Amino acid sequence: MSDEPARDAGYDDFLDAIAAGEPYYLECPEGHGSLPPRQVCPDCGATELSESGLPEVGTIVAHNVVHVPTPRFLDDTPYATAIVDFGPVNVTGQVRGIDPQDVENGQEVTITIGETETDGDRLVVFEPV
Amino acid sequence: MTRVRVAGGGLTHFGVHPERTSRALFGEAGEAALEDAGVDREDVESVFFGNFMGELAEHQGHMGPLAAEALGIDAPSTRYESACASSGVAVRQAVQNVRNGEADVVLVGGAERMNNLPTAETTDALAIAADDLYEVRAGMTFPGAYALMEDAYFEEHGGTREDLAHIAVKNHQNALGNEYAQFQKEIDVETAMEAPPVAEPIHLYDACPITDGAAAMVLVSDSYAEEHDLDAPVAITGTGQGSDRLALQDREELTRTPAAEDAGAEAFADAGIDPDDVDLAEVHDCFTIAEALAIEALGFFEPGEGIAAARRGETTATGDLPVNLSGGLKAKGHPVGATGASQVVEMAKLLAGTHHNSDAVADATVGVTHNAGGTVASTAVHVLEVVE
Repeated sequence: MSDEPARDAGYDDFLDAIAAGEPYYLECPEGHGSLPPRQVCPDCGATELSESGLPEVGTIVAHNVVHVPTPRFLDDTPYATAIVDFGPVNVTGQVRGIDPQDVENGQEVTITIGETETDGDRLVVFEPV
Repeated sequence: MTRVRVAGGGLTHFGVHPERTSRALFGEAGEAALEDAGVDREDVESVFFGNFMGELAEHQGHMGPLAAEALGIDAPSTRYESACASSGVAVRQAVQNVRNGEADVVLVGGAERMNNLPTAETTDALAIAADDLYEVRAGMTFPGAYALMEDAYFEEHGGTREDLAHIAVKNHQNALGNEYAQFQKEIDVETAMEAPPVAEPIHLYDACPITDGAAAMVLVSDSYAEEHDLDAPVAITGTGQGSDRLALQDREELTRTPAAEDAGAEAFADAGIDPDDVDLAEVHDCFTIAEALAIEALGFFEPGEGIAAARRGETTATGDLPVNLSGGLKAKGHPVGATGASQVVEMAKLLAGTHHNSDAVADATVGVTHNAGGTVASTAVHVLEVVE
């Protein structure tokens, strides 16, 4: 037995794939997109889900600037989080490589994996194209 | 079907009581409810209890039996958890329990202890009402989540932070004189606009406070009220509940709350009323933008029109549709597991003429309560009517 925390099957695989430069989403036969872990398409109930490549560039649809964080982000503030539209799926993450105050809806970004400044945990990061 | 009457309600003061446990808070609110109802505790056949963060805040799960014990009630008792809609959902279960004939007398309410943790820990405990994998791990907080909805609303409909400041000013004004409210203090638009940012575009006065408190009520069947000659002029005539995808990123749009639209439509149909019939509402204004989204979802305003309703005077105490005459979550406070039940208690008193703001709605006969969990992934809506 290890004291290492368990992996979250599907989710940690998703982060690994982003880190490897090969991000994907899950697609059902009807073409609905979702993010892992999934056994069932949340839109239509289909159970045959396959991995499809995530588009390289997404568009910010909403953003904020957080000043009062949870303990896991105490050293990271202020930071911008955003919901980014990649077509078949939206993904939430932090926007880096730009002053949080300069983030705008409609900006194009790529997806990558970063670490929190507070405790080094992995997280989804977006960078302006 | 049996009609369900509100026989009595009780609240603790909503505020900062870090030294008081949920069991103690609920004991006070429940005792006040029993006394207000004039119902013997031996007659209570079921207890329905809402709580959200007991495990994190008090290292206490399994709070159903504890809630009954706090009131000296020997009856089945269950805890309901749907984030900030926990006791709204508990009320719905209680109403259905009386309606289906399983009980003539039930006690329902909720409690939450939040100020015994440091602010960052409370922020974390609240955040877990969001999707852990896809939101919390990205740094989402609850103000942050509503900030995304507000940002999307501004983008789609326009509207300004100043419009939202008028919602905060209105709800603070309504709480003046509410002895149970956390804030009984007037604010002005300028103060709200200049408050420090929490999660931009949300600033401090756009957000409800961190609150300890409890709410409880006794619900009875028509026949029990008649047999015991109870003074219970207000009935819960409609109930509805809706759900949505947990994470904001998985919603079709960020500027509407279909879980509330569904719950509202169900509750209105259940009561046989339309939005036009409603005289006043208590809605879930955990953030000022949430009040705008709520009054749109319930059909009182078109999408994009809710944000300036307070500024136009339509939802103030003297407007056509007063909203949050209790002070709302914004000024009355938001002990999350107690909030839904507290809205029903306040509404019953407003309609019965026993609330400090009843004079503002002296002829009112129909009220609606709207209680949302998370970023409105859960919603419970209730219709209350004066039935005499």
